[in-house]
Amino acid sequence: MKRRSWFLNLSATAGFIFLYAPIVALIVYSFNKSKLVTVWGGWSLKWYTELFNNEQIIEAAWLSVKIAFISASLAVVLGTLAGYAMSRFGPFRGKMILSGWVTAPLVMPEVITGLSLLLLFVAMERIFGWPSGRGTGTIIIAHTTFCMAYVAVIVQARLSSMDESLEEAAMDLGARPSSLFFLVTLPLIAPAIISGWLLSFTLSLDDLVIASFVSGPGNSTLPMVIFSKVRLGVTPEVNALATLMILIVAVGVIAAMYQMRRQARLLERLDNN
Amino acid sequence: MSILKGSAWIGDESQIGVKRPFFSRIRWGKLAVISMPMFWLGLFFFVPFLVVFKISLAETAIAVPPYTSLLEWNLEEAYLNLKINLGNYFYLVEDTFYLDAYLNSIKIAAISTLITLIVAFPIAYLIARSEGSVRGLLLAAVILPFWTSFLLRVYAWMGFLKKNGIVNDMLLGMGVIDQPLQMLQTDFAVYVGIVYTYLPFMVLPLYSALEKMDMTLLEAAEDLGARPVTGFCLVTLPLALPGIIAGCLLVFIPAVGEFVIPALLGGSDTLMIGRVLWDEFFLNRDWPMASAVAIVMLIVLVLPIMLIRNTQGKEAAS
Repeated sequence: MKRRSWFLNLSATAGFIFLYAPIVALIVYSFNKSKLVTVWGGWSLKWYTELFNNEQIIEAAWLSVKIAFISASLAVVLGTLAGYAMSRFGPFRGKMILSGWVTAPLVMPEVITGLSLLLLFVAMERIFGWPSGRGTGTIIIAHTTFCMAYVAVIVQARLSSMDESLEEAAMDLGARPSSLFFLVTLPLIAPAIISGWLLSFTLSLDDLVIASFVSGPGNSTLPMVIFSKVRLGVTPEVNALATLMILIVAVGVIAAMYQMRRQARLLERLDNN
Repeated sequence: MSILKGSAWIGDESQIGVKRPFFSRIRWGKLAVISMPMFWLGLFFFVPFLVVFKISLAETAIAVPPYTSLLEWNLEEAYLNLKINLGNYFYLVEDTFYLDAYLNSIKIAAISTLITLIVAFPIAYLIARSEGSVRGLLLAAVILPFWTSFLLRVYAWMGFLKKNGIVNDMLLGMGVIDQPLQMLQTDFAVYVGIVYTYLPFMVLPLYSALEKMDMTLLEAAEDLGARPVTGFCLVTLPLALPGIIAGCLLVFIPAVGEFVIPALLGGSDTLMIGRVLWDEFFLNRDWPMASAVAIVMLIVLVLPIMLIRNTQGKEAAS
């Protein structure tokens, strides 16, 4: 083992450098004074002020956050129902179909999901007159659809790995299905629901392809604005935006890890007593 | 246990007794729980494919929306006309452009999956072999980029690989090259982009397979005279196989239909089917052709992948 460890360490270090070098470079160059992205002109916060004065980006960011919040919340409700039905209802008619529909969006290329939803919306508008035009509403529907698949899979995994004895005890004591769900099962699967929500929020916030298909004129989400800017080349404003987003995510992930460790320690202490 | 659960949930008909109305109410609740996600997915996931299929049989038209309708009816003259146009599909077969795009997507996705596996393996191995807090830290370091924007991570490589970008500057500074290399807008950049963005997808399943591995097996192999390479090939690799397969599927599947990476990092000659579909829709405004591309993609690429995944899942379960 020891003989090989230098090789292992070297290649793993190279892997981590590969993972972080572009991000570090992006952050450093967001503080660059020069407009030429590759020429170093000294430290400056210029691009951050430009970013906050760019109304198009701020508006798009706000729209994206709104869409992500609503889609993640809807996806959590629908996904939890689907996950619960699949792991707790035993066999029922249509179970195969439901589980197929739930897992298929996970392997579906985004371009197909986007195109198919757009064509559906167009056809529905022609037949029922709804949705009239496309925009925020159609993006929310699209995002909810692919995010609920992720939530359903997470919730189902959590339910099937969970000991059913607590739920059985509640049933033996005469709990109705609704109180069983809300008072026993829901608190037990809360961590899965929270991570499902966070994952959905991130996926929605990050989606370019599906949103591009189903959005209408004047409803550009943040990824759509970034894409149209970036397509023409590297821009310092986007570097500043990226730095801010990476910072927010890093703080969030570290806070979540810290919280999880605190809880683990608390449980340990409870076990010891 | 299951008998009890079954009767409480489903309300077995043979148990008609004191609480009949109670049971029938449960069945309504259960129906509601099943039907809400079912209705949503049916309407917004399944029906759209029927619409795509229908429109793939139409012709483009200068109209809003830009395609002809399949059915024509006229009540006064009492006729119903069904017009199916297979031209889009014939065109897909005739024009080698589309076949090349499908094949090239598979090629690019397969090669980048292999490279991702090679890059990810040492990382996963190191994490699985490290102790407590270091392990947590390294795992977090792998997961962190996954939570940051995918688009911005691809964008980061644009600054990195440009003609006057950092990689070229470094290579020029070291005297390795005397002319800046054209790296952006090549297939090379697409490979780098795919490996980079999907690396966490490979590291995590590999890690969970390697973590379960019993190290004494490797020691036993070495005690019996196996060289490290032999031990790795005959012990570590077979034990990591479930992780390798899971990781490869997680990388290959999204890579095949990728749009953003070839659009930002690839050149105009980097043919990938996701990009072809996008251009067919947004640039040529040919909705029926884009639909036909999608249907073929679904049958040729997505269905086999789903079948493989299902058999994989069943094997893992048993």
